[in-house]
Amino acid sequence: MAFLALPLIGLVTKASWSTLWNDLTTPVALDALRLSLICSLWATGLSLVLGVPLAWVLARTQLPGRNLVRALAILPMVLPPVVGGVALLLAFGRDGLVGKALYSLFGIQFPFTTAGAVLAETFVAMPFLIITVEAALRSMDSRYEEAAANLGSSRWRTFRRVTLPMIAPSLIAGTALTWARALGEFGATITFAGNIQGRTQTLPLAVYLALQNNEAVATALSLALLAVSIVVLVSLRGRWLGAIRS
Amino acid sequence: MAGCHQIVSLDAEVHVTMGTFELQLDLDVADGEVVAVLGPNGSGKSTLLRALAGLKPLTGGRIVLDDQVLDDPDATVLVPPERRRCGMLFQDYLLFPHLTSVANVAFGLRSRGANKADANDRALEWLGRMGLADKAQSKPRQLSGGEAQRVALARVLATDPRLLLLDEPMAALDVGARGSVRHQLRSHLAEFTGSCVMVTHDPLDAAAIADRLVIIEAGRLAQQGTLKEITTHPRTTYVAGLMGLNLLSARASGTTLTLANGATLEAASPATGVVSVVIAPQGIALYPERPGGSPRNTWPTRVNEIHLMGDRARVLVDEPVPVTAEITAVSLAELGLTEGSPVWASVKATQIDTYPAQDG
Repeated sequence: MAFLALPLIGLVTKASWSTLWNDLTTPVALDALRLSLICSLWATGLSLVLGVPLAWVLARTQLPGRNLVRALAILPMVLPPVVGGVALLLAFGRDGLVGKALYSLFGIQFPFTTAGAVLAETFVAMPFLIITVEAALRSMDSRYEEAAANLGSSRWRTFRRVTLPMIAPSLIAGTALTWARALGEFGATITFAGNIQGRTQTLPLAVYLALQNNEAVATALSLALLAVSIVVLVSLRGRWLGAIRS
Repeated sequence: MAGCHQIVSLDAEVHVTMGTFELQLDLDVADGEVVAVLGPNGSGKSTLLRALAGLKPLTGGRIVLDDQVLDDPDATVLVPPERRRCGMLFQDYLLFPHLTSVANVAFGLRSRGANKADANDRALEWLGRMGLADKAQSKPRQLSGGEAQRVALARVLATDPRLLLLDEPMAALDVGARGSVRHQLRSHLAEFTGSCVMVTHDPLDAAAIADRLVIIEAGRLAQQGTLKEITTHPRTTYVAGLMGLNLLSARASGTTLTLANGATLEAASPATGVVSVVIAPQGIALYPERPGGSPRNTWPTRVNEIHLMGDRARVLVDEPVPVTAEITAVSLAELGLTEGSPVWASVKATQIDTYPAQDG
């Protein structure tokens, strides 16, 4: 317990509370806060758009090779984020597998752009959504979907009107986890997208950099991240309890 | 409810193979007819309904409803469940837990293209017809079992199905609620003009609601007919047991019936050849020792099992004539019987019915 609690106590007690507001409103910090918010929300949105259909396919179809797909989808959870960043670079970098064609055909490039930071965060955070939603779909009684079909409902309508509302608590929880993971992403982002203030320098990157020259800013930003984590935890707990009660 | 049905609206030849299990059943149901399908667990009753609803594709055979082919694997025709008019009342109703009663009933109407206001009006009308107008805004968890069943019935009838499928409609109810719900279900079904197939394992439901009984065992037809036909001439021991009767197979020569194990019984009326022997459990008497007088059908045996049912007791006795006797709980106590007790059993010749084993 002490091992778990001490670092947090250290963070809270060593922070310079008097200069907190000034530290959080320095240009570097503001840029990082704004960028982190934008990138993590985009990454969460992308994860929803790509991850929910994928989770549905994994849970509801007999698609051959879906175990392999599941393994691939979950791999980023156990992969060191730096390795993820390297892998992204080799795929989407300017000389990468796909990145080369994207750049020469459309002029799209990911490294050193905000889009790259979003991509890196999505890569690392999406597995949390896939895992949560797939588990929810599996534990949901799929006979409700059969009942909907029996009443004349198309697959898409059934998905929107029956499946989604029935897994809503898990979907919300998965979304919050995904967002929190995206917000905290460091390794893949710095490796793939670089560390450019206002473009790819998200909160964790700014913390790391600030630690080397301005410790007060680093602790202030860390406190901001800690506060977000606590809010996510508390609100998730409320959601879960709410789902059980309602 | 029985009647003369001429138009066959459902004409199904259902073949479904799942692993080692095989369901093979021909089923015709006329317009307005209610057919009850009975069978032990795992006999394929639910699979039959799922195949008719399109939730389980056939592996062979054909399903035709009102001249439309719904499933025919040989011709690669398979109409998906959402485009069939085969409404199913599921065993535990499966009301959508996040929707109110009225939204549950409106769901099917909306799925089939009705606009929101229209679907809502018709859903309210259906709930009113079911006597549930005051429950329109209730969520499923606020409803009793009988109310949930009526909402589910309203939901499925609102989509105007041609074939109504009822999967164990009473199974999710308390025993106490069944009687009145059975009565209500029967009156709602009387207004339904399409065909109806009801799966049940309770002969009481079947007797109360259906025009005709179809009994399946291990995926095959065991017997079909009216309740009267089946109770007078059960074809298999399961069917006889379902109707609460003893069924034995014997070779008849005059009034003497010889069982496979060599034991003999005397019937009142003569027969010849292989016969089915039906004995009502109430016709079998039990004695602590050889009874006086001269009943010819008397034999010593042993108690195998005892089942108490209210003030009655069913006592299964062992060889040479393995049958169930029904006696009062009072006599059971007086006889002091327990499982394994020796006992004398006796049946009057007039209590023994025989009929040729081969007739239809």
